[in-house]
Amino acid sequence: MTGSAAATDVAADVRAGRRRAVDVLEGHLAGIEAREPDIHAFNLVLAESARAEAEAIDARVAGGEDPGPLAGVPVVLKDNICTRGVPTTCGSRILEGWRPPYDATVVTRLRVAGAVLLGKTNCDEFAMGSSTENSAFGPTRNPHDPTRVPGGSSGGSAAAVAAGFAPAGLGSDTGGSIRQPASLCGVVGVKPTYGRVSRYGLVAYASSLDQIGPLATTVADAALVLDVIGGHDPADSTSIPDPPAEPLSSVLGRGVEGLRVGVVHELTWDANPDVVARVVAASAALESAGAKVEEVAVPAASYALSAYYLIAPAEASSNLARYDGVRYGLRVDGPDVDAMFSATRTAGFGAEVKRRIMLGTYALSAGYYDAYYGQAQRVRTLLIRDFEAAFDRFDVLLSPTSPTTAFPLGAKADDPLAMYLMDVATIPANMAGIPAMSVPYGRGDDGLPVGVQILAPALGEAAMFRVAAVLEASR
Amino acid sequence: MPPTIAGMAERLTRHDVLKVARLAHLHVTEEEVDRFTGQLSAVLEHAADLAALDLGDVPPTSRPVPLVNVLRDDVVRPGLERDEVLAAAPAAEDGRFRVPPILGEGL
Amino acid sequence: MTVSAVDGWETVIGLEVHCELATATKLFCGCPNAFGSEPNTNVCPVCLGLPGSLPVLNRQAVELAMRIGTALHCDVRRSIFARKNYFYPDMPKDYQVSQYDLPLNVAGHLDLPDGSRVGIERAHVEEDTGKTTHCHGVQARSHHGVEARSGHGVQARSRHGVEARSGHGVQARSGHGVQARSGGGSGRIAGASYALVDYNRAGVPLVEIVSAPELRSPEQARAYVSELRDVLVAIGASDARMEEGSMRIDANVSVRRTGVRRLGTRAEIKNLNSVRSLVRAIAYEARRQADLLEAGGTVVQETRHWDEDGGRTSTLRSKEEAEDYRYFPEPDLVPLEPGPAWVEAVRVGLPALPVERRAALAAAAGVEPAEVALVVGAGLDDLVTAALDAGVHARLALNRAANEVAGRIDAAAADPAAFAGTLLLEQGGRLTPTQSKQVLARVVSGGDPAAVAASLGFEALEADTLAIAVDEAVAANPGEWERYRAGEDKLAGFFVGRVMAATRGQADGKAVTALLRQRRES
Repeated sequence: MTGSAAATDVAADVRAGRRRAVDVLEGHLAGIEAREPDIHAFNLVLAESARAEAEAIDARVAGGEDPGPLAGVPVVLKDNICTRGVPTTCGSRILEGWRPPYDATVVTRLRVAGAVLLGKTNCDEFAMGSSTENSAFGPTRNPHDPTRVPGGSSGGSAAAVAAGFAPAGLGSDTGGSIRQPASLCGVVGVKPTYGRVSRYGLVAYASSLDQIGPLATTVADAALVLDVIGGHDPADSTSIPDPPAEPLSSVLGRGVEGLRVGVVHELTWDANPDVVARVVAASAALESAGAKVEEVAVPAASYALSAYYLIAPAEASSNLARYDGVRYGLRVDGPDVDAMFSATRTAGFGAEVKRRIMLGTYALSAGYYDAYYGQAQRVRTLLIRDFEAAFDRFDVLLSPTSPTTAFPLGAKADDPLAMYLMDVATIPANMAGIPAMSVPYGRGDDGLPVGVQILAPALGEAAMFRVAAVLEASR
Repeated sequence: MPPTIAGMAERLTRHDVLKVARLAHLHVTEEEVDRFTGQLSAVLEHAADLAALDLGDVPPTSRPVPLVNVLRDDVVRPGLERDEVLAAAPAAEDGRFRVPPILGEGL
Repeated sequence: MTVSAVDGWETVIGLEVHCELATATKLFCGCPNAFGSEPNTNVCPVCLGLPGSLPVLNRQAVELAMRIGTALHCDVRRSIFARKNYFYPDMPKDYQVSQYDLPLNVAGHLDLPDGSRVGIERAHVEEDTGKTTHCHGVQARSHHGVEARSGHGVQARSRHGVEARSGHGVQARSGHGVQARSGGGSGRIAGASYALVDYNRAGVPLVEIVSAPELRSPEQARAYVSELRDVLVAIGASDARMEEGSMRIDANVSVRRTGVRRLGTRAEIKNLNSVRSLVRAIAYEARRQADLLEAGGTVVQETRHWDEDGGRTSTLRSKEEAEDYRYFPEPDLVPLEPGPAWVEAVRVGLPALPVERRAALAAAAGVEPAEVALVVGAGLDDLVTAALDAGVHARLALNRAANEVAGRIDAAAADPAAFAGTLLLEQGGRLTPTQSKQVLARVVSGGDPAAVAASLGFEALEADTLAIAVDEAVAANPGEWERYRAGEDKLAGFFVGRVMAATRGQADGKAVTALLRQRRES
């Protein structure tokens, strides 16, 4: 494969006829063939259909048409995003083999933009996890060190991008599931403002927290993909009606002169020291570039994790009720329909999913609703207010993305609570609905990637990307 | 009787786990009940820090997007073809989804 | 058979009426809201609850639901949707999107023709479920199959410590209920070997109207349902046909000793397929409970099934524990805040309600509202009003409208001019009542009454002709005339008979009598 691997360059070259989409694709497929067996980023590589798509793109260019801003760019999709006629497993046995009869809105937008859909990537079952070890189809391995996890739940997409299998991918982020694997794999990962990207066609985990977002090797590529997939969707009632003011791609060069940056106290100092050091370094780089960096308190952030592990499982327990063996997916028969429901769900769901369903059922049940779900939703209000207060004084906030670098496979598999704590820095943004992204910023003491997290106010992606661009340039 | 918030964690018993498993239509083995009870208790105990907060006046947030009145016009849109829908069905007959008998329907 | 105050027992009834809204599409998707389509042909990812699907609320469903609330004098206000979580094969998501804590309409009432007023606690919006058909063995019995529906179980009451709906407290659940839907067969099928599910109806918009427990007899319940139906039809919200399943009723029945204020334990009755079933079931259940309590037993709070053939209610198979629906706000939908402008537009746009039309017609006719109920119920108030304006006497117009027009298939197209014209002829003595009815039968949908009368051979007897016939009868019967003149009024009938014979039945008896009196006095 010749030429830059970056999505922005591929698209520009393919549109201009300087490169052919099929050649770009073959280069990536060769890389997949070489390294995928060691990594297992994919549940399904769509070689056949991708080739057909790439050929069609080239034909359109040859015919003088412009296929769109992602022309010929291979993109991978987390396996909880519905692709018409293509298996969408969500990393679960209960949906093994299920082919949705419709495309997610983001998939349609990618196609219209000329992207080539390269494959469905592995993930923690129903997006529940922080290591991709909860997939029913085996774990994904970190391309930087195959004995370690890539993070989760979008570990497959993060690993695919980190391994060069594709310049960009989509993941979903409910408590950090794009940003944390991006940090552990050394790539860029973005969770947009809640409602900025349509959830229609994203298999729901926790409806008030889920968002689809891009993973990519560069900030510019992430901006390009987000510009394509974002915007109002009438099929999603929680979709923000106002279109973004200007494309994110056009703000990247504006720098951070005069920008006020707050390092979030509650999310930073408990991380591993080598991780903290990277945040300190990032602060210094931003100051050199003209920003003003101080520390800021967001007190409710200390409670966000606890509240999340009541709200997310509660919504999940309801969202996953539909997997009952009646209409699609796995069915394990029984003498009566209730027995069939139970046999199917018991066989089809893994342990982590069962844990969260039971926890969520408990949090919603009669007599416990106020103390658990109700209280958690009040904490959410507090967190929103605390962020609003912080954003009165600061344009963006900073913190580590993950408290650690990539941990070994199996290290936390038997300790759910230890696994949940991996999301301590990422959860607050989901709870408040604000955008956040992880930018790779150096290595830990173990030589593994560390990501720095940038948070912005609702619909403040522009400021967030400006900071990200400066950090990227300063590495 | 609703638990006091402070006593949250202590109250999650094996009985509770069996009850929610049943509500969620999940079978759990004895070993799983023990394991899940321990693991879920640990999570709830960690959540006991929420107890320190007096939030009586704070309204709950159900969704972090301040939208209201999202409506659509009452106009027919194309749906799915029945063949495609039933193709995914584990069992179908007569154009409908077939399931085992529903208990409690006959006396 | 019925429980009454005479017995020392009072029946207390609350009704939950579900009506399907007359929208073109379903509540959350653009699938057709149609009756009778081939199974699973009106479906899409949303109403099938496929993974990744999301709901979007139908504006017209909200409009119709607001009309219902306004017509029932409710407070129409900000509301949110909630998930009611339970497993059942006809539920695509295994939760139903409904309204719980904050329903659209609350605190209204319905005035019945007899003058009584029944409180309406709430009228909220929710989505309908699919339909399940039980099948036996090899051959599907879908045409006769009974369709199953789960019971309503415990409304999670603990979070606010308040009573659940309709003031009857928590209902225990007793398993899934069998309820024949949309005109299916009666009763249940024992030992069914499988079931088939059709999701055409899943996602159809419903409004559930919950009355206060203020009904006191089966007959009042009947009147409530009838009046409610008339309102729903008048405002265009629903067809409200029990036979088609577009209106479904569950009855909550309890009894208490006369004079006691505390409500007794109630039972919820399902499988009521007609108003007649409703009336019979309430009467049966009230008697059952009263007898049970008289004998020293206690009424169990449960869901009971009405068996139409056997004429009795029976316990559905119980589960050990009450269901817990774990209601929480629906995160995929945003709050509904209609705002004063929309609320006012709905209010202003409502047609006159049956109670208003009864009052108006009664005032115009100078009678009691209850006396015009039938005419208004048949939609003939404009017809009668036009006749009154033309000079037809009230009782005549009401009587003829009720008896000669109301039952006809073409009643809705009745022509006011023809109606009034015919009755004026009758009133003026040119047609007998019998003749008038015959003419009406022919001119209801339009026509010239006088011409039709002539074509039927009803000579509109000239006043002269009639007077001549009376004179001749008087002259021919001087003895009887003397006695009549002396005060034997009943001899008027004798002369009427003579005049009838002479005119071959075309004289109007009243006109003859009037002429006789005139002559006597002159």
